[in-house]
Amino acid sequence: MLWEWSYALEVLPPLLRAAAITVEATLLSFAIAASLGLALAVLRMLGPMFAWPLSIFIEFVRSTPLLIQMFFLYFVLPQFGVTLDGLTVGVLTIGVHYATFCAEVYRTGLENIPRGQWEAAVALNLGVFTTFKDVILPQAIPPVVPALGNYLIGIFKATPLLSVVAVLELMGTAKILGSESYRYVEPITLVGLFFLIMSLVSATAIRAVERMLNRRTVG
Amino acid sequence: MTPNAQPTAPCTPVSKPRDAADCAVTAMVEPMVRFQGVVKRFGAHTVIDGLDLAIARGEKLALIGPSGSGKTTVLRMLMTLERLDAGVIWVDGEPLTQVQRHGKTVPADSAHLRRVRGKIGMVFQQFNLFPHMTALKNCMEAPITVLGLSRREAEERAVDLLAMVGLADKKHHYPNQLSGGQQQRVAIARALAMRPKVMLFDEVTSALDPELVGEVLNVIRKLGAEHDLTMLMVTHQMGFAKEFADRIALFHGGKIEEDGPPATFFTNPRSERTRQFLRAVLEGT
Repeated sequence: MLWEWSYALEVLPPLLRAAAITVEATLLSFAIAASLGLALAVLRMLGPMFAWPLSIFIEFVRSTPLLIQMFFLYFVLPQFGVTLDGLTVGVLTIGVHYATFCAEVYRTGLENIPRGQWEAAVALNLGVFTTFKDVILPQAIPPVVPALGNYLIGIFKATPLLSVVAVLELMGTAKILGSESYRYVEPITLVGLFFLIMSLVSATAIRAVERMLNRRTVG
Repeated sequence: MTPNAQPTAPCTPVSKPRDAADCAVTAMVEPMVRFQGVVKRFGAHTVIDGLDLAIARGEKLALIGPSGSGKTTVLRMLMTLERLDAGVIWVDGEPLTQVQRHGKTVPADSAHLRRVRGKIGMVFQQFNLFPHMTALKNCMEAPITVLGLSRREAEERAVDLLAMVGLADKKHHYPNQLSGGQQQRVAIARALAMRPKVMLFDEVTSALDPELVGEVLNVIRKLGAEHDLTMLMVTHQMGFAKEFADRIALFHGGKIEEDGPPATFFTNPRSERTRQFLRAVLEGT
């Protein structure tokens, strides 16, 4: 028989434990991506002094594969005396990598704010920080939430890469289970199901956030 | 006048008063706003061409003229939304965008800009209310974050001003729940909440449906009657300018073609261009 229920039930507990790691890595990476991305986008707007070096950094990170970046941090940095554990390397790399994509998303949001809003902020003598915090970002972020949500799901689907830096997330665990029992159908199928369920849950959560933000903006 | 030219007004932080009596006399007559040899170019196009203009304290000046004549740019430069290419703008005796350091006139830092800019408020053609804030919050934001008012003080001030513009019952409405005229009245209240000495009105009724123009003009009338504000307004409402302003200035090609009190400006204009402009405008109404 191709599918054995008893074996599926047997591998479920270790897979659930691994799923917790996957979720943890996803949320931490997304927190880094969303906040660092915003910082990059805002700094880039503050003048050529920041814009130039940041553009180079963003282009560099976006144009090199995530896997290589992860390898570099995990295997090369220790030679310079910086040793980070697998999960930290994974979360940092995925977070920074996706931050550069999120920065572009935020940029679109920021560029869509009418010039009159900036001018009103000047006329009211608001400082740069207040202008961003109270006037610009509350208008720029809600429209880009769906795009950010796509990156949340993207990050989630990038987590199997963590297995190359020895983090026992979902996919890595399934592979180990498979290699021990020579049965791959159950663990890999279950992993696929997990990813599907979690992606659907994330998508629903994002839509809920979107609705909440829209309600607030429209009043 | 070059950008580095020495500002020459007495009794200001940049030039020492000659003596106390001299200062006292000039303080009385010193204009609230003074443009001195101001030049503004957009690329090769000179929009403001060596403007000299003084606006007295409490004076209400209407700027009129064909589109592209530079009248809106005058307000925008005063609000620091446009840089000057040459000249000096004095506000309340201080240069707006320059300071004197080690005997040299240099561009002002942001602290100076913000301090002087705090004396000026502006109302825009497109209202520019913050769409994610209620009318009340729009009027409270800057008093809290810039003036450091407590939430309670800012709210009291905002409620008073919204009542003054006739919108006490709309304070919890968002801009998109208000008509254009109501939005513009909120924008006026928002600017007044900063207690400016100078108010700039940039074609504030141009984006409004005709039946909503009156309510906004009434608020400005009330403002003029009850407060001792210096007001500069760019307008196409000739009737209102005639009735409300102390002085009318016609712009043409980045310069003032003619200015004077409404009585003589409309009935007995000196320049042929003014006559042409008034004819064209009055025919259109």
